[in-house]
Amino acid sequence: MAATALSPAPLIERDHALTLLRGMLLIRRFEEKAAELYSAGNIHGFLHLYIGQEAIAVGALQALTPDDAIVATYREHGHALARGIPAGAVMAEMYGKASGCSRGHGGSMHLFDAGRRFYGGYAIVGGGLPIAVGLALADTLEQRARVTACFFGDGAVAEGEFHESLNLAALWKLPVLFLCENNRYAMGTALERHQSQTDLRAKAQSYNVPAEQVDGMDVLAVQEATRRAVDAVRHGGGPQFIEFLTYRFRAHSMYDPDLYRAKEEIARWKERDPISTFQARLREAGVVTEADVAQAEQEVATEIVAAVAFAEAAPWEPVENLLKDVCTGAPR
Amino acid sequence: MTRITYRDAVRSALREALASDSRVFLMGEDVGRYGGAYAVSRGLLEEFGPERIRDTPLSESAFLGAGIGAALGGMRPIVEVMTVNFSLLALDQVVNNAATLRHMSGGQLSVPLVVRMATGAGRQLAAQHSHSLEGWYAHIPGIRVLTPATVADAYGMLLAALREPDPVFIFEHALLYPVEGDFDPASGVADIAHAAVRRAGTEATVIAYGGSVGKALQAADQLAAAGVEVEVLDLRTLRPLDDETILTSVRKTRRAVIVDEAWRTGSLAAEVSARITEGAFYDLDAPVARVCSAEVPIPYAKHLEDAALPQPAGIVTTVRELLGTTRG
Repeated sequence: MAATALSPAPLIERDHALTLLRGMLLIRRFEEKAAELYSAGNIHGFLHLYIGQEAIAVGALQALTPDDAIVATYREHGHALARGIPAGAVMAEMYGKASGCSRGHGGSMHLFDAGRRFYGGYAIVGGGLPIAVGLALADTLEQRARVTACFFGDGAVAEGEFHESLNLAALWKLPVLFLCENNRYAMGTALERHQSQTDLRAKAQSYNVPAEQVDGMDVLAVQEATRRAVDAVRHGGGPQFIEFLTYRFRAHSMYDPDLYRAKEEIARWKERDPISTFQARLREAGVVTEADVAQAEQEVATEIVAAVAFAEAAPWEPVENLLKDVCTGAPR
Repeated sequence: MTRITYRDAVRSALREALASDSRVFLMGEDVGRYGGAYAVSRGLLEEFGPERIRDTPLSESAFLGAGIGAALGGMRPIVEVMTVNFSLLALDQVVNNAATLRHMSGGQLSVPLVVRMATGAGRQLAAQHSHSLEGWYAHIPGIRVLTPATVADAYGMLLAALREPDPVFIFEHALLYPVEGDFDPASGVADIAHAAVRRAGTEATVIAYGGSVGKALQAADQLAAAGVEVEVLDLRTLRPLDDETILTSVRKTRRAVIVDEAWRTGSLAAEVSARITEGAFYDLDAPVARVCSAEVPIPYAKHLEDAALPQPAGIVTTVRELLGTTRG
């Protein structure tokens, strides 16, 4: 049984267990619906699904407060939902509607919510890291005990901006939490084919950034590791780095025929599905019942129906607003 | 009114900004202990301390991006990039992030960031320290591009830039730093919306910016000695361009010469020329002319570098040719 490979379950209360389970289910079902709507022609552009990696966004964001900041990548539906951006606002963004969380200007890859300190979706790999460093610098200069969590993938580790940012954050002891979701592929290029050093912790450690490797398929392990790291960062210890070992179950994007991965490899990782294994553990431990799971599924389904209805009914941004918000004031 | 150098004017503006707003800080390569590659920030570390005058590693992308992040976090960062050639290492942050965030976020985010850098040739620094790429930056919606040519603008435009809610890029021509000019310490914030007529004239408009304004004025002096009065227009702001002032002058003089230290192909000079053609074609007595750098990487040897760059003599010749075409 795959669940036995997971970390020993710490005591977990039923309500919290259901919060985590429901959070992961929301992402999974939301994205399954998004893929369906994409195929039906309701959503366009790129769509990068997070399915398989849900435990990371849900577990890690449990460790942050509303005052902390989040910087994410183009594969950020999960992080946005886990941060509490309403599913309707995310879905409307994918539809390109004015009620979307970026008014339809950003789409799937560029979700923003300033009020929730969700600083977006960066689609140039590595491009969000310097932004996170700067957000943390502002907090340091203003003596605010806030943390900036920056999510990125293993592909970003090959970018210069990764190295520049870790060095700068460590040099200036900035409160940044670097969260690397190592799903083993930089688009279609396997880790062993894009990294001379595949233990990504070593790269962070070379900048004197404390680094840990965590099972990214285990939501409780993710949560605990992130809590420890957030605690260290918040208390002035400078940046921390966590490498989450994970896997995306779907292709890179809806365009990707997924020719570069063996079916057996995908199947092997699916045995470690973060949702089904967590459910199994909770049931074995008697923390939740089958009825609880069914109810969570039902609630999530209802939320997604409402999100799609919201997106369908949402207005389009008037074309007269095209140049609005390029700069403040009059269009330039 | 006193006489100070362009370098001192930038430093005065930095000092005033740092003293009057606790959110302002300066970061960049060697801005602190070294005093700035062009000595612009000399003394500021001692005055304001290492928290606000921050030496960075040679990581243009990270520290410019950190400027964006700090601006998002409520600060008013001033990022100094040593030269425009080095700024290419940070172009991802400029084009993909600084310029996009307000619009891409549906108007939720604001990036009040000021980026300063040296630009231009004339010091025999060869092909990796001498280029004028501010025209590239002027191509990008979402940022404002300033090119102060005078001591007063070096001071007042920086103060104005810090009041903008959007990213502002200031290009300081490196040859201007030691140049002295009139300075009114009470002048305050400069207008950054309009071009300025630096010399009034009637027979042609010479349009320049940054380090080329002085050359245009020299050419105008020479032409005046021969009885030809040309108007010299300083663009001051490359994005957004002040079409109205350009077109008003050209409609009056009916001839235009654009001086641009960048290469001619795809240049800001090409953009200004196109706008004149679009907006004042029927007022023109001659085709719009351009004096730009030769299309080569800027060479080291003095005689070659001089030959590659716009010079007053070339501006004079071009004006005379324009007048000749209409005087037959």
